[in-house]
Amino acid sequence: MRNNLIFSKGIIKSGRRKDKIIRQLPLHVMLIPAVILVAIYSYGSMAGISIAFQKFKPTNGLFGSEWVGLNNFRTLFAMPNIWSVIRNTLTISLAKMVAGVIVPVTFALMLNEVKNMGIKRTVQTFVYLPNFLSWIILSGIFTDILSPSSGMVNMLLSKIGISSIFFLGDQTWFPITMVLTDIWKSFGFGSVIYLAALSGIDPALYESAEIDGARRWKQTIHITLPGILSMVILMTVLSMANILNGGFDQIYNMYNPSVYATGDILDTFVFRLGIEHAQYALSTAASLFKSVISFIFIVSSYYMADRFAGYRIF
Amino acid sequence: MKIKQSPSGIVFQVFNYIFLIAIALICILPFINLLAISFSSKIAVTGGWVTFWPIKFTTGAYGFIMKNMAFARSLGVSIHRTLLGVVINIVLIVLTAYPLSKSKSGFPARSYYSWFFIITILFSGGLIPSYMMVKYTGLMDKIWALVLPSALPVFSMLVVMNYMRGLPQELEEAAYIDGANHVQTLLKVILPVCTPTLATVTLFSFVFHWNSWFDGMIYMNSIQKYPLQSYLQTVVINPEAFFRNTTNMSTEVAVYLKLVNARTTNAAQLFLATIPILAVYPFLQKYFTTGLVMGSVKG
Repeated sequence: MRNNLIFSKGIIKSGRRKDKIIRQLPLHVMLIPAVILVAIYSYGSMAGISIAFQKFKPTNGLFGSEWVGLNNFRTLFAMPNIWSVIRNTLTISLAKMVAGVIVPVTFALMLNEVKNMGIKRTVQTFVYLPNFLSWIILSGIFTDILSPSSGMVNMLLSKIGISSIFFLGDQTWFPITMVLTDIWKSFGFGSVIYLAALSGIDPALYESAEIDGARRWKQTIHITLPGILSMVILMTVLSMANILNGGFDQIYNMYNPSVYATGDILDTFVFRLGIEHAQYALSTAASLFKSVISFIFIVSSYYMADRFAGYRIF
Repeated sequence: MKIKQSPSGIVFQVFNYIFLIAIALICILPFINLLAISFSSKIAVTGGWVTFWPIKFTTGAYGFIMKNMAFARSLGVSIHRTLLGVVINIVLIVLTAYPLSKSKSGFPARSYYSWFFIITILFSGGLIPSYMMVKYTGLMDKIWALVLPSALPVFSMLVVMNYMRGLPQELEEAAYIDGANHVQTLLKVILPVCTPTLATVTLFSFVFHWNSWFDGMIYMNSIQKYPLQSYLQTVVINPEAFFRNTTNMSTEVAVYLKLVNARTTNAAQLFLATIPILAVYPFLQKYFTTGLVMGSVKG
């Protein structure tokens, strides 16, 4: 009797397992289209980094050209402008990272003090907008309003007695302009996450601080800032992943040969080398260099975000 | 109870309001300037008189764009590309997020698939290998080159997956007991409650496809097949490079480009390309906060 029972339980179990596998089948089928497309266009192009180690001819396929080891990398790092390109990339991306944390946090703190909902909403509506427009549109606008001869900005500057500045044609001003316009585009949207964190702070904390006689400024330092600190740390850590992203869309659409010395970044360099000069192997070597460094930074930033802020993307 | 403001507090409030309104204006005035230029006469614009209000109002620039087919043709390509791209994105996001939202015991293969997709966020082949894959799969100069390589936006998929994972377990159990299979559960039970997160990723997908310009430029062989943003890149941002690089361009196109490259026409074209974003902007504002918070911070 007891044996029988165990036996029949076994049947039920194995029956269930078989059921389970059959029941899971549709789940595998659902994944097929995405797996195929990602395999071709993401993993296929990852396999394409083999181009960096060949004397690549497109007609021979990804693996059919003569293998040359690290020759392409030697040629790349012997190029006269590669180090200035790397330096420009780091300068611009670091400046964007720092400003990309400070400006949104400050803005969120200031907006948080606004009690008039109408004004708050209007300000939000205006500052979030640029984030959703492409750099094509924005470059078109900036090229126009920053023009030294007829641009609106220089017209206003001349009215207060400042001689016109060639924002996009001057080697000193170009990187500064890139950082400023990038912040202009992204700070509003960047503040959304901090505003969400601010609204999550318990109002009871402010009330008890009020009773203890703490002024607004003290409250900001002792309640508000600690309340969003973990979010600030998290966003800082995550932004490290962009260490070599100077912002291709932005810079490609605003630069010109006269500012290559300070404005040329890895991505624009890779583009000119690969698409304009058809140096496929050299260009791939440069982007592989970028991918490897970025990979290290992305993985360590995710690791740190998980360690210190409990953040996980999945 | 109303708390009395200290004098310094009032000064701060006034300063804060003025500062924030100034910031908001800095964000919006460039667009007003663009709009003013597009409705002004060429002479007024060249003289540098136009700031935030049209001078010698004219719709000449818009008339010129309407008469020439190039803008309309690229607009057509953009609409086609965006519709196709968004539909493919959403279908693949749903089909991928649903299986991956299962518990480990319900779908043991889940973690292998997850890693398969997540690795693509961490590492990419770069420009030339991606270009070669499009070339080798025969998509060059076809609309598919603009939608298939980005068919699955992994981040959006993770947002939807996390949302599905947060749904009460009872929903699915009830469906299972009622004898529903996975397809029925997904379509009848899960999708209807995922509307907010699907709205978020649809909007982001729309903005992504509408704003993309680079793929159009490298995968399409002629300006006639460019989506709007690629067309604008050529006509407004970088006409010199276009003339320099194009040897076999018909003189008709060249003459057109010279004519079209004027400040008022440029402004009008840029503004027209902004309208679709402005149209979905109220919805974007409504949904992106939820989408962003869901996608990034998970307890």
